[in-house]
Amino acid sequence: MSTPILDLAREPEPAGHEADGPTTIAARSPLELFWRRLRGDKIALTALTIVVFVVLVAILAPLIIKIVGTPKPNITNSDLTDDFGQPLGPTASHPFGVDQLGRDVFSRVVYGARVSLITAFAATTLTVLIGVSIGLIAGYYRGWADSLLTRTMDLVLAFPVLVLAVGVGVACSGADGCLNGLIQPGLGVVIFVITLTSWPYMARIVRGQVLSLREREFVDAARSLGASDTRIIFREILPNLVAPIIVYATVLIPQNILYEAALSFLGVGADPDTASWGQMISDATTIFRDAWWYMTFPGLALLITVLAFNLVGDGLQDALNSRTAK
Amino acid sequence: MAPEPIIQVKDLVKHFPIKSGVIISRQVGAVRAVDGVSFDVNAGETLGIVGESGCGKSTTARLITRLLEPTSGSILYEGQDIAGMSRKQLKPLRRDMQMIFQDPYSSLNPRKTVGSIIAEPFVVHGIEPDDGQRKKRVQELMDQVGLNPEHYNRLPHEFSGGQRQRIGVARAIALKPKVVVADEPVSALDVSIQAQILNLLRELQHDLGLTIIFIAHDLSVVRHMCDRIAVMYLGKIVELAGADELYAHPRHPYTGALLSAVPVPDPVLAAAKKRQILGGDVPSPANPPSACRFHTRCPKVVLGTCDVDPPALEVKEGGNVAACHFPLTDSEIALQVPTAAA
Ligand SMILES: Nc1ncnc2c1ncn2[C@@H]1O[C@H](COP(=O)(O)OP(=O)(O)OP(=O)(O)O)[C@@H](O)[C@H]1O
Ligand SMILES: [Mg+2]
Repeated sequence: MSTPILDLAREPEPAGHEADGPTTIAARSPLELFWRRLRGDKIALTALTIVVFVVLVAILAPLIIKIVGTPKPNITNSDLTDDFGQPLGPTASHPFGVDQLGRDVFSRVVYGARVSLITAFAATTLTVLIGVSIGLIAGYYRGWADSLLTRTMDLVLAFPVLVLAVGVGVACSGADGCLNGLIQPGLGVVIFVITLTSWPYMARIVRGQVLSLREREFVDAARSLGASDTRIIFREILPNLVAPIIVYATVLIPQNILYEAALSFLGVGADPDTASWGQMISDATTIFRDAWWYMTFPGLALLITVLAFNLVGDGLQDALNSRTAK
Repeated sequence: MAPEPIIQVKDLVKHFPIKSGVIISRQVGAVRAVDGVSFDVNAGETLGIVGESGCGKSTTARLITRLLEPTSGSILYEGQDIAGMSRKQLKPLRRDMQMIFQDPYSSLNPRKTVGSIIAEPFVVHGIEPDDGQRKKRVQELMDQVGLNPEHYNRLPHEFSGGQRQRIGVARAIALKPKVVVADEPVSALDVSIQAQILNLLRELQHDLGLTIIFIAHDLSVVRHMCDRIAVMYLGKIVELAGADELYAHPRHPYTGALLSAVPVPDPVLAAAKKRQILGGDVPSPANPPSACRFHTRCPKVVLGTCDVDPPALEVKEGGNVAACHFPLTDSEIALQVPTAAA
């Protein structure tokens, strides 16, 4: 899985053959070729459809529960639990059943998509921003900046992630959060912990690519024209990193969805009122024998979403990687 | 009137430090890539620099274009020493001195269109900021180097090696430089295409009055291209002469050996020569042989002299400048060198 990523910055094979006359083969941009390859990949396309569906569900959550006619995700209703506090299973008005507080599981699964995706996208975006910036600086300037940053990456990668997460979670769980309110309790902690522990992977990938790209002659050409470092980094090197960055980001998203679920399961993530898949699975463990639906539906939602993102990631990687058009 | 030098290189040295140690690195030696090189380049001429792989040709080119910082020595461009200049001081001078690279695949950014690659010099130097005008200038350049101006929006991978090298040439001449340093501009190309690119360079030189420093790894390519040729061996110049003189009567045994490898059209003449085939590998520039660096491979070596007493570059018979204690004699040349007049 990791070697193909390293290949991405290489250019595609020339379309024309070695003749000095004008190339007659129709010009096709790399983007077009990429699309043609992706279109041929049935699995990736199906997965992409599911991803789009999940994103739409998250965006349109209020509309969806209105259409289906289920109550809002946080409305508790003691009428829906029996005398012993056991929740009701799936019925026509509550297709996924209710939980032990009488909240509708369908609504909570639908709203849970929001939490999962917002957390995953926010953490991924921050990871990419930080990882790419640091990777670019370390790889381009080398020297002491590189040594310092690489050692920092090694150090961060040595953190026991879960211990750190629980620690930060506890430390920042006060109403004001911590670091002067920069990190808010709840999802803020999740996003912070994920970003803190995953930027080094992104930075490593980018640094490796930059180290080889900066030796290419087109960088020398820019330098001999008198281009500034900033111009070389942003105009010459960065455009060659777009493909590996996209691929790695698509790997990060499902990973971060799981991360959020795990942290919420451990009680560090979303606060108990928020409908989060990880939170729901955690709550459901105690009553699983009597209320299978409470764990099954959020579990399935998590499984399908993560699988779909992973398959899209694989498809993107293949499409960006293969040199020859099918 | 004596020809006027536009570039004067004096005692130019570039040592690359060899470091060891993973965490705390320290210098344990140096690759002496360029080790005391001096030559002049006259305005409007083409100076060839020839030598085997690893002898420091590219390093010399990169020092002159200041992609590398010299360890010591001076490079006078129109009388100003550019060897110690900062990036900022160099920037205006970069308009005058451009480079053509060896590898047409690596020298063009695969993610930029041909138009934006050729427009880059204008953007960096803030010339013709008007988009429409810039496009027109770029298309004129494409036409000038024999590319179809309609291919402005294409990406480099849609072009063949020869066409890519034309793109590199267009970028190099965009700012109307006075000097172009071409580092093996044709050695990555098919033989049939090499001639086209060489002709293009000669044409442009004529039209734009360029001074060219032309680097090659063998003597067959440079013959019709260059006015004068410098032969390098392990970071030093061993011989410097007019192209005709060098081919007719090389004085340094290394030049003689390189010329032995040049194909000649007359098979009878070629067969009559006793070709000198160089034995052994080029020694490492990190640990070069003492005194005359060629003495370990030289057919005329006299131990006790060549390995103790470094030969000076001085004028030899026929006007060649060579660094050798025992230069080739006319009879040796007639016997060995296929390009010498029979
Ligand atoms: N950046 C560098 N760091 C360390 N050593 C280098 C560096 N660049 C070049 N060298 C070394 O300097 C020597 C001369 O290299 P250079 O590239 O100038 O040779 P060249 O004559 O251009 O050879 P070629 O025909 O292979 O291009 C070689 O031994 C090379 O390994
Ligand atoms: Mg070279």
